[in-house]
Amino acid sequence: MVRKIRLTLATIFFVCITLMFLDFTGVTHAYFSWMAKLQFLPAVLALNVGIIILLIALTLLFGRIYCSVICPMGVFQDIIAWFGKKARPKKERKMPYTYSKAMSALRYTVLGVFVMAIIAGVGSFVALLAPYSSYGRIASNLFQPLYRWGNNILASFAEKYDSYAIYDVDVWVKSMPTLIIAVVTLVIIFILAWRNGRTYCNTICPVGTVLGFFARFSFFRVTFDAEKCKNCSMCSRNCKASCIDYKTHTVDYSRCVTCGNCLEKCKFGALSYKFGTPSMATAFPKPVVVEKAAPKAAAKAEEKKEVADPGLRTFLTTIAVGAAAAAKAQIIPEATDKKVDGGLAEIEDKVAPQRATKIVPPGAISLRNMKNHCTACQLCVSACPNGVLRPSTDLLTFMQPEASYEVGYCRPECVRCSEVCPAGAIKLIDVAEKSSIQIGHAVWTRDLCVPIKDGQECGNCARHCPTGAITMVPSDANDPQSKKIPVVNEELCIGCGACENLCPSRPISAIYVEGHEVHRTI
Amino acid sequence: MAKNNINRRGFLKVMGAGATVAAGAALEGCAPKKNAEFDPAGHHTTEVPKGTMTYRTNPTTGDKVSILGYGCMRWPTLSQPDANGNVIDQERVNELIDYALEHGVNYFDTAPVYVQGQSERATGIALKRHPRNEYFIATKLSNQRMAGRGLSPQEMYKQSLEMYHNSFKELQTDYIDYYLLHSIGGGDGMPLLMERFFDNGVLDFLVKEREAGRIRNLGWSFHGDVAVFDYMLQLHDEGKYKWDFVQIQMNYLDWTHAKETNPRNVNAEYLYNELAKRNIPSVIMEPLLGGRLSNVPNHIVARLKQQEPENSVASWAFRFCGTFPMVMSILSGMTYMEHLQDNIRSLAPVKPLSEEDLTYLEDTASLMVTYPTIPCNSCQYCMPCPYGLDIPGILVHYNKCVNEGNIPESQQDPNYKKARQAFLVGYDRAVPKLRQASHCTSCNQCSPECPQRINIPLQMQRIDAYVEALKQGTL
Repeated sequence: MVRKIRLTLATIFFVCITLMFLDFTGVTHAYFSWMAKLQFLPAVLALNVGIIILLIALTLLFGRIYCSVICPMGVFQDIIAWFGKKARPKKERKMPYTYSKAMSALRYTVLGVFVMAIIAGVGSFVALLAPYSSYGRIASNLFQPLYRWGNNILASFAEKYDSYAIYDVDVWVKSMPTLIIAVVTLVIIFILAWRNGRTYCNTICPVGTVLGFFARFSFFRVTFDAEKCKNCSMCSRNCKASCIDYKTHTVDYSRCVTCGNCLEKCKFGALSYKFGTPSMATAFPKPVVVEKAAPKAAAKAEEKKEVADPGLRTFLTTIAVGAAAAAKAQIIPEATDKKVDGGLAEIEDKVAPQRATKIVPPGAISLRNMKNHCTACQLCVSACPNGVLRPSTDLLTFMQPEASYEVGYCRPECVRCSEVCPAGAIKLIDVAEKSSIQIGHAVWTRDLCVPIKDGQECGNCARHCPTGAITMVPSDANDPQSKKIPVVNEELCIGCGACENLCPSRPISAIYVEGHEVHRTI
Repeated sequence: MAKNNINRRGFLKVMGAGATVAAGAALEGCAPKKNAEFDPAGHHTTEVPKGTMTYRTNPTTGDKVSILGYGCMRWPTLSQPDANGNVIDQERVNELIDYALEHGVNYFDTAPVYVQGQSERATGIALKRHPRNEYFIATKLSNQRMAGRGLSPQEMYKQSLEMYHNSFKELQTDYIDYYLLHSIGGGDGMPLLMERFFDNGVLDFLVKEREAGRIRNLGWSFHGDVAVFDYMLQLHDEGKYKWDFVQIQMNYLDWTHAKETNPRNVNAEYLYNELAKRNIPSVIMEPLLGGRLSNVPNHIVARLKQQEPENSVASWAFRFCGTFPMVMSILSGMTYMEHLQDNIRSLAPVKPLSEEDLTYLEDTASLMVTYPTIPCNSCQYCMPCPYGLDIPGILVHYNKCVNEGNIPESQQDPNYKKARQAFLVGYDRAVPKLRQASHCTSCNQCSPECPQRINIPLQMQRIDAYVEALKQGTL
């Protein structure tokens, strides 16, 4: 019964949260964004006391059902483990796991470092370990492209049948380093879960450690009836958290995620999920000697992960910088000479300008607020319909969102990132507020501007400025007939990037946005 | 409307031939015809008529020119240019030209600038596979873009002659049947005409080429400033230059409503009658306005189909032009085999419209000019836009939405949501985002090239503002 309830709820949460990361229309966000806000770490970073109390109370009452139901990374591991179990030889399939000793030292060390990282504001480290963020990264970087490609196939059918219901969307790599981190995370999680179930949750995951601490004292818990137990070991051998020691009839409640599998496996009814008054004896059962093979392997894998990431990051950053430099080296082609009819001029891809201060979306309040609250879950990046948000490659804000305007600009009618952010990094704003939040200001580069460079009339930036901050004036103050150039009223500019995105100068726009450290209301 | 110009001789000829070609006018998939083949699967097919093409005689050379002429401005293109940079699908061009010749089309009209400058070569390759005396080649001196660049008359003369000689090379021929001064009347009118052909002696050179037999007929194509048209005919009247033919834009919309689309346009009725008075044969361009006269609002389709349910909407436009006896050939840029076949059905032979039909068509035209479509015929003269826009693509999409009723005027419109989705999603499908109207710099290098005199930057900004209103929900 416990298992069935768990499976049902877990499926609902997992499907809905995953859908949110896949959806580009904003429909699911309206309904399910509370599920993201229910995630533990985002709630902590958003200082959402109500949700923190709720989750702790839930754990104190029922154990770590958060890990089995609400956390998408937990459910994701269960799915992988299920397949992993099915793939085993027949004999092993019935009892794939073994009991192992808790790796408390590792758990609490990781938690300690994690808390320090949060306090010190090292968002990149926090993001790397947080379960919800890790899953978000995988869903956003790996599942969303598949979903979009699928959508695009349907869209091509829709086009054939002259239907406008499904439309084509762009699929592009928003940040190579983040994509690679997502792949590495997926591979590690996959191997761990495939072989040993919940290893990540009970050794690395800081949320698991915190909730595990409370779960030791939970009222409802899996309890042994020593008289009924025949020491058959089926419970231990089927516990994906490796937390049941059938020999001593003890359950490590700090690791038990209340999945209910053991309850169904026990043929003798020796195990039950029932109410009991927590005590120090049940919370900290006496340690017993056990075989060490499994945890060693797991620990090794963990070590690998620890080592792999920072080095990889540097490596990837190098690659990214190299690629950007190569892109810049391209020669700007001349506008096609009009000698014949027809054909389309080549359009060069835009390259992001070097911004002194980076841009974070309206609602983020300041760079500091973003840095301190964002868990880099990529939900805003997935949801941004304009291709503006992408994960940062900066080490201190690694994988946290930042805005750039090569693909699109921050459109006046959209506040979707502020609607989905569960961590308080982007506060909820409405369209009217957005129109007056200054996240940056436009800067003009004379030498690139089309009227100066090509001698052609333009003014496309001024035409598209939503706040009327750009005025076209004659380039020669003494000659009213001279080609007109844009001047920016920085007080009116909100930094939306319409000018930068629509500037005909390529690959670098002649007008671009510099971010503001602290957003202002104009 | 000038109904006195209906070709009565042609009409009688048609009546004579009529019995054998009754099936000719039928459209694909129409109601059963007497001599339509019956398909057991339930389809009714009519054969595309062979050997029944109407020919008009050129009074100067006696050429028997097919009333349906092939416009080589819209050849099928490859999705990607091939390794040699060819953009035209030569295989399909060969098929189309073979089919056209087989069904009596013998007039092929190209120009050095068409299809990114590759039309002449592709046309030449396909025609070379047939005996030279079976077809007439028309090409043009497209030196309009040499003007206004500060070239001296000598330099311009030299470059124009290079273009002229190159046409022979590309078309693989040693004589050209019909040679035209390309698109005169555009730009600033008279000054541009003088700069292109008179001041530099290019026209005198071409007259000598005609005497030498390398040009069999000399004429010009006209768009725009009526002063240029009148001046050229005045030269003809004074005997200074003789024009063997003239190419004009004519269709049932431009017959009397040209000024309603643009006050600077000239009614085709005037152009045709001035030429007919002087016994100068007309070659017709834009009989279908780049497809705008076949892709019309649904209730106009219904209106025309109601009259003749078995004939295509396009057939009306072709038969309209064919009704006038001094029309030598009607050019159609047929990209698809289906277009070619439908046009052959409409014009082989010509079944002139009755006075009643003409009145009916005139009423239809009056109705059509009330639709706020933008008069773009996708001729691509404005392209390539140096900033990468797909100008005709944008305008065609806009017109499609006008015709389909997908231009909501406010959010209160009953079909607002659906129309908005159709406009925006269709826009992204028709034109890649980077080539949409929002990227127009209004540099205005395009407008002077437009034979329909569309103020392109203005239209781009108007469409862009409309798109913004739809996106922001501020309509």
